[in-house]
Amino acid sequence: MELRPDATIQRKPPATEEQLRYARLLRLLMRTGLVMLVVTYAAYMTGFLSPRIPVQDLSRYWSLPVNEYLAATGLKPGWSWVQFIGTGDYINFVGVAFLAAATIWCYAAILPIFLRKKDYIYAAIAALEIIVLLAAASGILQTGGH
Amino acid sequence: MLSILRMLLSLLNRRFLKQSAIMLLQLLFCLFILDSASAADPSGAEAATSSDMPWWAWPLILFVVTFFLGIVAVLGGVGGGVLYVPIVGGFFPFHLDFVRGAGLLVALAGALAAGPGLLRKGMADIRLALPVALIASTAAIAGALVGLALPTNVVQTALGASILGIVVIMMMAKKSEFPEVKKADALSTALRIHGVYHEVSTGHTVNWKIHRTPHGLALFILIGVMAGMFGLGAGWANVPVLNLLMGAPLKVSVSTSKFLLSITDTSAAWIYINGGAVLPLMVVPSIVGIMLGSMVGVRILTRTKPASIRLIVIGILFFAGSRSLLKGLGIWN
Repeated sequence: MELRPDATIQRKPPATEEQLRYARLLRLLMRTGLVMLVVTYAAYMTGFLSPRIPVQDLSRYWSLPVNEYLAATGLKPGWSWVQFIGTGDYINFVGVAFLAAATIWCYAAILPIFLRKKDYIYAAIAALEIIVLLAAASGILQTGGH
Repeated sequence: MLSILRMLLSLLNRRFLKQSAIMLLQLLFCLFILDSASAADPSGAEAATSSDMPWWAWPLILFVVTFFLGIVAVLGGVGGGVLYVPIVGGFFPFHLDFVRGAGLLVALAGALAAGPGLLRKGMADIRLALPVALIASTAAIAGALVGLALPTNVVQTALGASILGIVVIMMMAKKSEFPEVKKADALSTALRIHGVYHEVSTGHTVNWKIHRTPHGLALFILIGVMAGMFGLGAGWANVPVLNLLMGAPLKVSVSTSKFLLSITDTSAAWIYINGGAVLPLMVVPSIVGIMLGSMVGVRILTRTKPASIRLIVIGILFFAGSRSLLKGLGIWN
């Protein structure tokens, strides 16, 4: 392998303060989210919590397009699943949403570091990313379906 | 858990790998026969949705298939999502909307799991990832919205065509360990995108910088749209753009791409979650299966010939992509 002329002998690999903070928080959130997924799924599969849609009936719905599935099961898009959080199937969304929110928390954690370092361009990029992800998570961006 | 993993690993060797690939293909063939049989049933659409198999068999089969996909994906150097969506979409009874939602969550979980290690070691570069992620994640939202609005056959056809395109990219694309970047461009200089990368094999640390940043960012719009529309992780596209076009070292490109997926797929995943296109019954076995498979795959990576496994992956993708294309066109239902 040929190294470029600007290759230098340095021993310490770089990991900036913001990378380390992001990594630490992400690891914690990832592990917590995975445990939540497995535990809630076990509660669903074992029947510990009764599902809103009986598992035996699911095969009638899972090959439908999503808009027909929602109509057939009487569900609404967005955060409406929260009202069914006590049921075996919808409690699984807690772990899914937790994992999907992990990146937002990580960005929020590194934003102050960029501000402290007066790295305003990256602070703005991080803030914009938080806004984009929050917009996606909010449920305000929806499609009319097929 | 670790002892079970060690026990599994002790059983693994090259012969096992070949058997795994053959088993995976046999499993896909059986699924195809089942799927075709139920679809051909004249008693109507509802019959097509519910085969004679008990409901619990599908998540179980999904777990087994995704476990093998996890192994094959790691050994073939691709993300799980790019294998998951065409295979599960082509051979399982679940609608493509749910498959894409699950595919994004599978890719997201894998990227979230890999992210901390890559960042801590300085392999993934946050300054390179953040501007790219902002563009790709915004585009992924648009892709997801369009993908959920388009008719299924159009998405299925486009997915098939894209997968076959990925096959071509995988066969043609070259890699460059340390691309030559004579001068960083103005945008990457302004954003201070550069770094030092420690190559363990040589003990050297290489200073790197990038060029053609505006072109690269423009391509990430397309990559983001495709990731959101088809529910694919986009490592197959991220790496060539970061490495060959923008000039980041290969390992930095691969690592940053993996980290990038955790951001791009997050935005698209929320659109699918909020759109109702997430079925817990299939999501959890898929995530757990592919993650366990990936863990096993990483452990046996050193004992395999990547080139031969890569050929198997290309073969599987070609088969699944053709199936998706022909299914979308109504030729092979």
